[in-house]
Amino acid sequence: MDILNALVALLNFVVIPATSYGAQLALGALGVTLIYGILRFSNFAHGDTMAFGTGMVILFTWWFQSMGIHFGPLPTALLALPFGIALTAGLVLATDKAVYQFYRKQKAAPVILVIVSMGVMFVMNGITRFIIGVDEIRFADGGRFLVNANDFKKSTGLAEGLAFKSTQALTIVAAVIVVALLFWFLNKTRTGKSMRAYSDNEDLALLSGINPERVVKVTWIIAAGLATIAGTLYGLDKSFKAFNYFQLLLPIFASAIVGGLGSPIGAIAGGFLIAFSEVGFTYAWKKVATYVLPESLAPDGLAQLLSTDYKFAVSFAILIVVLLFKPTGLFKGKSV
Amino acid sequence: MNTRNILLFAFVAFLIIFEGMTASWNTALGILNMGLISAILALGVNMQWGYAGLFNVGIVGFVALGGLAPVLIATPPVTEVWTAGGGFRLILALLMGVAIIALAIALNHRLKGRQRVLALLVTLIGGFFLFRAVFDPAVEVVEAFKPATYSNLGGLGLPVLVAWPVGGLLAAGAAWVIGKTALGLRSDYLAIATLGIGEIIIAVMKNEDWLARGVKNVISIPRPVPYEVDLQNSTSFVERAASFGTDPVTASTIVVKLLYAALFTVILLALIWASEKALNSPWGRMMRAIRDNEVAAEAMGKDVTRRHLQIFILGSAICGLAGAMIVTLDSQLTPGTYNPLRFTFLIWVMVIVGGSGNNWGAVLGGFLIWFLWIKVEPWGNGLMDFITSGMADGVIKSHLQDSAAHMRLLTMGLVLLLVLRFSPRGLIPER
Repeated sequence: MDILNALVALLNFVVIPATSYGAQLALGALGVTLIYGILRFSNFAHGDTMAFGTGMVILFTWWFQSMGIHFGPLPTALLALPFGIALTAGLVLATDKAVYQFYRKQKAAPVILVIVSMGVMFVMNGITRFIIGVDEIRFADGGRFLVNANDFKKSTGLAEGLAFKSTQALTIVAAVIVVALLFWFLNKTRTGKSMRAYSDNEDLALLSGINPERVVKVTWIIAAGLATIAGTLYGLDKSFKAFNYFQLLLPIFASAIVGGLGSPIGAIAGGFLIAFSEVGFTYAWKKVATYVLPESLAPDGLAQLLSTDYKFAVSFAILIVVLLFKPTGLFKGKSV
Repeated sequence: MNTRNILLFAFVAFLIIFEGMTASWNTALGILNMGLISAILALGVNMQWGYAGLFNVGIVGFVALGGLAPVLIATPPVTEVWTAGGGFRLILALLMGVAIIALAIALNHRLKGRQRVLALLVTLIGGFFLFRAVFDPAVEVVEAFKPATYSNLGGLGLPVLVAWPVGGLLAAGAAWVIGKTALGLRSDYLAIATLGIGEIIIAVMKNEDWLARGVKNVISIPRPVPYEVDLQNSTSFVERAASFGTDPVTASTIVVKLLYAALFTVILLALIWASEKALNSPWGRMMRAIRDNEVAAEAMGKDVTRRHLQIFILGSAICGLAGAMIVTLDSQLTPGTYNPLRFTFLIWVMVIVGGSGNNWGAVLGGFLIWFLWIKVEPWGNGLMDFITSGMADGVIKSHLQDSAAHMRLLTMGLVLLLVLRFSPRGLIPER
């Protein structure tokens, strides 16, 4: 019984939250890694692209709600998602045309593009705040729980409850579908193959007649889609606040680098590694430990390795370790 | 310095003097003082970016770390905490932490293969628990003492001017750690690593109450200049103020600000002199050669990574110095106010608008952008009021007026993008 209780507590407080957070990070990191692979710079504006996309989705959600359109037990935001993606894709394509294209033609050094992306980040941040403000917004509706803690306790007779929020389930399912679609696209379609070719060897791809501007455009659209989906899922799961998306930049970059910049599989693995370490290091293990360990060994304190305020320190520490020992990442990224 | 550059500086001076004549000398001097500090920050960042092409996104962290120095150096020690043993135990814990990391580094160099992984894991995990076992009770003792006023270790009670170079040293230490790991890899990695260290330094300063009271802030940090109240109570000062025809309260605030301005100007001039000397020395030429063509410089026998590390540390130390100066100017440390927009991004705009690679350009950018930063908000509000003046009162009008506050972000981002695109060499280009 104690072992079961410990398992349920572990599932409830560590495995489920970390999995959904990991899925969100993985989607974010996929966007970063794609841009890196094709356009060859670290896009600092990705966090704010996520914020902008989510903001658009929220606007559409409100509009739908005001018209009385709902999506049954699922959040209305899912209906709004395609519109949000379209607007975000429009914005990043316009940004590419107005800003990045010039530097691409000039063959500017990657570090210049990084600085430029920082400028874009602030303009986007300004636009998002301008449109939707800086306050915390909760826009999840529909069913709250897939498994309710109290019902679980009653039906199993365990002391520990298990809560599985519908947004968490939705995150995981959506992430699986999106990733499957993305890999199908990259591996099976002509456009996807040309993207991979361009990423592997630009000159060779150009020689074989691949249109670079088209590859770049498709990449931006996919990145905008991934950013909007990741941002919306994160916003549904927690809440929307423009500044939080800026702060997500560090764990997202850490995920992409840990997996190996430019490697889609790596981005997913990195996202889950970072998420599980963050949650694992900042979770107070006392509850689980008291179930498993004999009474004499039970911890006095919270058995929390780090306070939750330092969750970013965890992703940073992993990043540093990877940079020190394996700078190309776990899955052989593009460059050192 | 040619005529154009002198005119540019004269224009900025005119802006500040105009502000003083039309608004108040108090705000004009306030802008001047922060402008001086901004110029110093821009000099530091210009070293990293302009001389060497290093992209530092964690300036805010180095500024905050420098700001810690006045608290640790100049505030009086909280003796009760030290006599209770908490202080010494805490220092012991920190020393232990350093020793554990040093041991791990030594093992990493000595051992090989599986043995290395095992030894490192044992040292780091065991060390972590050992550290927490000594550290946690000590923190409890320190933070339990009069949490409303202290809850920290206090400082050494030395003159606050000593804290300025110490602030630089603290920032240099952090820069060394980051530079050691991230330099020599792709340029993006330094950007991401500095972004991380910036956020972590701020998180530590917000949460570790024993260090500098966290978000409870440290106030009344000693000042290097006299207090306004003392001036107002001195009869000779009041008489002199009366002879100028001002009341003692205004006169005292202006005198204090002028004294700060004098102090900061001395430091700024010294730094400009030193950086001009350095930039025009063989060392400066080597740096620019490395920036322009790393491969060629390496072929000439220059150790690129070492030189990068050197200049990264130097630039960050200057940021730390400026951080200590900011805290001294405000006489308070408020970790909550360190946001990346204000202390990282704005400095970048200063350097790029002013002219990267040119010390005078960075200084000019520091003054000009700081002035604009202060003025854009009231201008934005005014503009919004003007735009919305014809509208009927309603949701849209109030939304537009509220959002004027975010105009700063947008404007500064646009300024950066436009300058990078159309005038990438800045106002005073590199020679």
